[in-house]
This record gives sequence, C-alpha cells and structure tokens, in this order.
Amino acid sequence: MAGALHRMATEIVERNQGTDGLVIVGIQRRGVELAERVAALIEAAEGTTLPRGKLDITLYRDDLQTIGPRPIVNETRLPAALDGASVIIVDDVLYTGRTARAALDEVADFGRPRRVWLCVLVDRGGRELPIQADIVGSTVALDTRDRVEVMVTEVDGLDAVDVIRAANGEAR
Amino acid sequence: MTTALGKDLIGLEGLTRAQIELILDTAEPFKEVSERPIKKVPALRGKTIVNLFFEPSTRTRISFEFAEKRLSADTVNVASSGSSVSKGETLVDTARNLEAMRIDMVVIRHGSSGAAQFLGNRIRSNVVNAGDGQHEHPTQGLLDLLTLRDEFGKIEGLKVAICGDVLHSRVARSNLWGLRTMGAEVGICGPASLLPRGISELGVTMLPRIEDAIQWADALNILRLQLERMHAGFIPSLREYNRVFGVSTERLAQAPKPLRILHPGPMNRGVEIDSDVADGPHSVILPQVTNGVAVRMAVLYLLAGGSPEWATPGSDDR
Amino acid sequence: MRPLLLRGGRVIDPSRGADDVADVLIVDGKIAAVGRGIPTPDGAIERPCAGQVIAPGLIDLHVHFREPGQEETETISTGAMAAAAGGFTAVCAMPNTDPVTDNQAAVGFVVRQAIRAAKARVYPIGAVSIGQRGEQLAEFGELVGAGAVAVSDDGLPVISSHLMRTALEYAKTFGVPVADHCEDPTLAHGAMHEGLVSTRLGLKGIPSAAEEIMVARDIILSELTGGHVHLCHMSTRGSVDLIRRAKEKGLRVTAEATPHHFALTHERCEGYDTNAKMNPPLREVADRDAIRSALQDGTIDVIASDHAPHHYDAKERAFSEAPNGIVGLETAFGIGMRELVEPGLLSLPNLIERMSTMPARIFHLPGGTLAVGAPADVVVLDPEVRWTVEASQFNSKSANSPFLGEELIGRAELTLVDGRPVFERAK
Repeated sequence: MAGALHRMATEIVERNQGTDGLVIVGIQRRGVELAERVAALIEAAEGTTLPRGKLDITLYRDDLQTIGPRPIVNETRLPAALDGASVIIVDDVLYTGRTARAALDEVADFGRPRRVWLCVLVDRGGRELPIQADIVGSTVALDTRDRVEVMVTEVDGLDAVDVIRAANGEAR
Repeated sequence: MTTALGKDLIGLEGLTRAQIELILDTAEPFKEVSERPIKKVPALRGKTIVNLFFEPSTRTRISFEFAEKRLSADTVNVASSGSSVSKGETLVDTARNLEAMRIDMVVIRHGSSGAAQFLGNRIRSNVVNAGDGQHEHPTQGLLDLLTLRDEFGKIEGLKVAICGDVLHSRVARSNLWGLRTMGAEVGICGPASLLPRGISELGVTMLPRIEDAIQWADALNILRLQLERMHAGFIPSLREYNRVFGVSTERLAQAPKPLRILHPGPMNRGVEIDSDVADGPHSVILPQVTNGVAVRMAVLYLLAGGSPEWATPGSDDR
Repeated sequence: MRPLLLRGGRVIDPSRGADDVADVLIVDGKIAAVGRGIPTPDGAIERPCAGQVIAPGLIDLHVHFREPGQEETETISTGAMAAAAGGFTAVCAMPNTDPVTDNQAAVGFVVRQAIRAAKARVYPIGAVSIGQRGEQLAEFGELVGAGAVAVSDDGLPVISSHLMRTALEYAKTFGVPVADHCEDPTLAHGAMHEGLVSTRLGLKGIPSAAEEIMVARDIILSELTGGHVHLCHMSTRGSVDLIRRAKEKGLRVTAEATPHHFALTHERCEGYDTNAKMNPPLREVADRDAIRSALQDGTIDVIASDHAPHHYDAKERAFSEAPNGIVGLETAFGIGMRELVEPGLLSLPNLIERMSTMPARIFHLPGGTLAVGAPADVVVLDPEVRWTVEASQFNSKSANSPFLGEELIGRAELTLVDGRPVFERAK
C-alpha cells in the first residue's frame, strides 16, 4: 500500500504542477486516513503545508429510500475557501461511482473549486455512472459478487487490501 | 416503514437508551450542516412533510421547518388559526385527508394529550409529536439532553432539577423520561399545587424549594409559568411565584457549583427566571435553540428511511 | 298465550332463598308453579333447561337510552332490545335526554315508546330539577303519577346542597329514591382518574375526593331529611367506607356499582383508548377491590350498567375531547360471572340478587322474584358458556365498549317479560 500511496502523491503534484491551491479531501471513513497519508507524503516531499478536509456523503446518497438512513453520519469538515482551489477527493475503492457522484454534489455545496480530481487506492471496475478516477493506486477487474476491503492502521490496526472473491473464498 | 425509532416519535417514555443515543449521535453532524454556506443537504429530497399545528407555536414550528428545509424535504404548514381546524372531530378527518394525500411525514402539535398517538395509529405516514397537551414534547426533551451532553460531556450521573409548573408541562414529562433513561438523576421542584399526582413515586428527588434545587443540581431546567395558572387558582400571583420560586442571580450565587440554566421558552422574564440569569454566563438557552434544529433533523432523517441494519458497513462504495 | 313449562333448570330465586333443580310453569304471563316434576299442562310448550339457570329477570337501575334527542345513538326500542339480550327484563332510563325527562308528558313518552317496543320494561326516571339545571325542583308528583320510579339529575350532580335536601324531603311524599351522580364539579375537571397513569399520560385527573365529598354530603343530607338517597356508580374505596358507616347507622342509603368499575382499572386508559373513558373514571386496583368487597357484603346493594351508548365517531377523538361512558347491557352479566363468580367472590345466587332482587326491592319495582303469582319476568341463563364480545353482535345501536374482543362467561339464552319471549338466542 505504501508504494501505491507514494505514486499517488507524486502524481497529484505532477498533475497540479506543484502544490499551489491543493486541498486534500478524504471521504469518510477510510478515505479520510488515506487522504491524510497522501497529504503528509506531499508535505514531506515538497516542504509545505496542505489544507485538508473530510467529507461524509451519507446525506447525499441517492439510495435513502432503498437502504434507509445510516445510523451514524460522520463529520464533514472542509477548509473555509474551496473557491478556486484544486480539490483532490480521496477514497479507498471506486466501484459504482455513486459515492463519487455524491461527493461531487457535496463539494459543490461548499464552493466552486477551480477543478476537482478523484484519487482512489483501488479501482475495481463496475461503474454505474459515467465517472472515472484521475489518480489510481491499482486497478483490478472484479465480478459484481466479489468484494474489496481496504484496511488502514488508524481504523483497523493494519494496512491491507483484501479481495474477497465470491467463488473461491478469500485471496490476498 | 419501521425504523430504528419505530414508525412514529410520540414520546421519550418507552425509548431505549440506545435509541436516544442514536438520535443524539445523529444530531452531531447535523449541527455542522447549519454552519455551512449552503445550509442544505439532499437527504430527504422528494419527501413531503406536513406541519400540522393545532396550537399556536412559533419557535417549535420554525425549528421543525428549518430542519425539514435543511434536509430538502417539501413542507406544507397547516395552522389552526384561520382554518376550520379546531378540535376533536376534525382530527380524525384530518388524519383521513392526510392519508389520502400520501404524505410521508406529519409533525403534529395539538392541545390534547394523546393526539399524536391518535394520528399515528390511523395513518401510515410517520408521525412526529411536536407537543401534545400535557403529555410529551419529545424533541424538546432530546434537545435538552443534547445541550446537557454538550455542556457536561455526558448525561449519566448528572443531577438535573426540573423546576416549576410540572403539572401542566409536556416538556417536564419528556425530560423526566429522557433523563432517567440516560442515567441522570432527576429532581422535581415547584409549588405542590403545580406538581402532578404521584410524581414522587417515579424515582425522582423531591426538592420543595428552589433553594434546595440550587444546592442539589448540576443544571436547572426552568419551566415556563403561564399566566392562566394564576387565574385558575393554582398560585396566588406571578409576583409571589417569582419571590418564592423565581431563579435569580442572588439565589444562584448560593450554589455550591456553577449551574447550567435551561429553559424551553418562551420565557416569562421576571416570573420563573430573571433576565440577568437568562442572559447570564450560566444560561444555555440559545444553544438549546441551535440544538433544536439539529435534533429535529436527526429525528426526521432517522424516521425517513428503513431499518439502519440494512445499511451495509464496509468500505465498498455501492 | 300457551302455557310455558321451563323444565329441569337450576332455579335460583334470591327473593325466597331458593337454589334447586326444578321446573317453572308460566301461565297467563304469571308464575303459576315452581317445583319438581310439574306435569305438562295441555297445550303447554315445554322447554328443557338442563344445565341452565332459571332466574328472575335482571333489572338495571341505570341506563341511558338517548331518546328523545340522539336517536342515532340509541332508541328506547333498541335499548330495550339490548336489555332483553343481556337478560334484563326491566331497566330504568335516566332523564338526561334532549329534552330532559322533567315533566309528565316526557315521562309518558318514555312509557309509550317502551310499550311500543315490547321488549324489556323501561321505567322512566324523572329529573330532580327542571332541565337538570340544578335550580328549580321538577314536579315529582306528576312525574311519579306518569310512571317515574325515581328522580335523578344523573349525568350531572345535584350541586346545590339546598336543592338536594329539598329533593330528598319532597320525594318522601311519593316514596321514590333520589339517585345522585356524586361529583364535586369544582374538583372534577378531568378526563380520567387522578393518579400515576394520568400523570404519565398528561391527562387531567379527577381525584377520588371529587366523588367522596358528594357521597358524604348526600349521606349527611339523608340523615338530616330521612329521605332515600341512591348513590349512582360508586367507584372509590373512600365512598365504600362512607356508605358502610351510613348503613351501620341505619340510614336510608343505597348504592350501585357498574361492571366496569369492579372489572377494570385506570391502567386501561393507557394508549388513550377512549372506550376506557367514563365518569366516574376507572380507578385504582385498591378501589376496584373495595367495590368487589362492597358487593360481597352488601355495602353496595346493586350492580347497574350505566349503559351509555355513543355514536362510533364520537369516541374517535383525542381522549380529553371524547364523551364519557360505555355500553353495558349486553356484557353486564358476563362480566359479573367472570370477575365475581368465577374467582369465588360471589356465588351465582348472590350475583342474581345484586342484579335482580335487590334492584327491584330498592326502587320498589315488580320483578326480582319467581314467587307464584308474580309477573313472569324470567331469564334463562347459560352460566358456563364462554363467548367473545363482538361489536357486530350487539343489539344496541352503539358498540363503545372496552370489553370488545374479550372473553366473558355466561349469557342469557331466553328472556321472558310477562311470560312472553322478548329475546331468544338463535341456535
């Protein structure tokens, strides 16, 4: 995972041609920790300080009617000024694209960034919306019944990416 | 649809500690929504909510309306004044009409105890009790709990004295049940003519005088004393009430520890509470109002959807 | 009319202290013979009654039949039919109709409507005061002359102690009791009993004291005047104590209790069930138990239903706005069996005494006996049958009962008035 995060940090700086205007925003839950790691890597490499944010997209989901409300809505905190910023939305897994869609809606309610990039650790395919990631740690093609679980030390006690295939149990 | 709270929120009596904690925890992020530049999230987009107020109320209705609008629900207000809505028989007709219009939720304020349950038993929509007679005002109880939790970091073990006209107060009842369920100690203070029969059997500490309450409590929840009580002979005069039971700076100065002062509003300054207390450093009356919107958003949000168990945890986006 | 021979039932006649398996022969509307092995007269109808109880028809001193004024709720005809189905051969109709039964024409109207209905007998009770306004005494002489058997402002208390005193004194001339709805109206602003349940539900309470103050006053006035006061629907242990002491002093005080007050308690109001709303309200367990004991030892003389029909949508309201009262004629006996006889508090003959013989005696009515020569007001009861109360089975026009869906024990199979069947349960 460490290598992937390094590559992602480097690519963010390259794409933005530096760190000017960068805001790193993680999606609750594990995207927040990944965003923190990426931001720390960039800060160490570039000798600067980056504004961070966290986003809980629960209230922006389009499936309240079918799944009902999530019991816990996590914190959303964004830096005061998103107008004109280059917002990097960080999440662990990109799948249907619905979370990313909700995140874009929510960011739009906080201001008008100059541009927004989507940065994910794992792209597993299976999109239901015309959404793609700009910066990807790794890509795997999985069946809809398969699952990807990303664990991070801050939450889960270890760093790991598990791919759980419906057909033949667990593989790493 | 049955949710973590059941179909309706009628009162805090009967809610479990886990349910109350769920509401308070859900209210936390909603506080932040009200601080955003765009104070609106799409969580209840497409839901229709009727605010049915058979009794005049400004602050509760506005608080609910903000909560609904900040969740993007479509709302309609029906107030009793000026319409044919008056009493009894129209309640059942109103229920049938609402049912026929396929409303998602109804927020009801009514002068008769049991009116919210009456409605909830007759329509499929979710019903939120915004105060029924002298029975309960659950969202007020919840916002009081949230305010206490904000102030003290926890509710368990707190000593909260409910002071004043407990007999006629739905706020007192909701607070009593909510505080007890959350593990607080409840004190009751007021003239015996304004205390309901048997209240001492409900596991509360009886505090005969306001001085006793101030010595005992961590926080005072001071109830509004309505002028009608004097005319109905429950107390001789508002002036005497203030002299004997009014919360003043001088009386608070005798407290062994700094107290927090809550009041459900609207206040009768100079009757149950003096202005310098209401506006003073111990007052959390305005945070109560702020929390009111967040708590009501949480209640509406939780009632709006299905069972929370259906929401799958895990990091897959779906 | 052909003679009727009720063959081989358990004949219970509290007026003669009789409880035996026997036959009852009815000829020309009168009891002709009671005994074993009565030969069947020529042309007689013989009805086997094995396993059933033959008793004097039940008598209810306290019903509301709503006619004139609220005929959509009950009429004298439907009420008398409900009474017959409940095993009652006579009922006393309270005067709080619209207009009030406060003059001889109004009393005559009730009498005529009852004759036309030809079911249970309906005896009118006249008002104490004109319009039940508590001001001017009604013309008791004319009321009684037209058929009134008692006077009462029931539905409302007689607030003025002066008026109550005058009524008790004046009623002595005509030998009728003054039946009072005991309630101090300045204390009784409430929707249910004042206690823990009213506190929890946030409903205004009616303290027991509201009843007891008036019971005490009425007893004192009975002592002052020597008049016969009948205390309606007693509901509190304090009232029972007061009546017990009055009876020990030998005062002319009689009292009634309703099935709901010896069966139910104020917890029944939880959930704001408006069918549990009545006045006096359902009280506490200790009150219910005191009423039961008072029925055992005779402190309370009679069971009366306080049958109070209400249109179905009148009870479809918030609790505090709903009207008071429940229907009771068709459930009274079954509740008495379930709550008093089944647990062994009262014997079946005691229950019949409280529902037939004593009511007849204290209001000076015919009936309440199977003595030879008496009018054949008779009920044949199945004391064992367990049945479920259903709204659709009521003969009353209304079905506001908290007992809906409950199982009761025992009911009338055949009700005879003057030997004529006014109710027979379909097989």
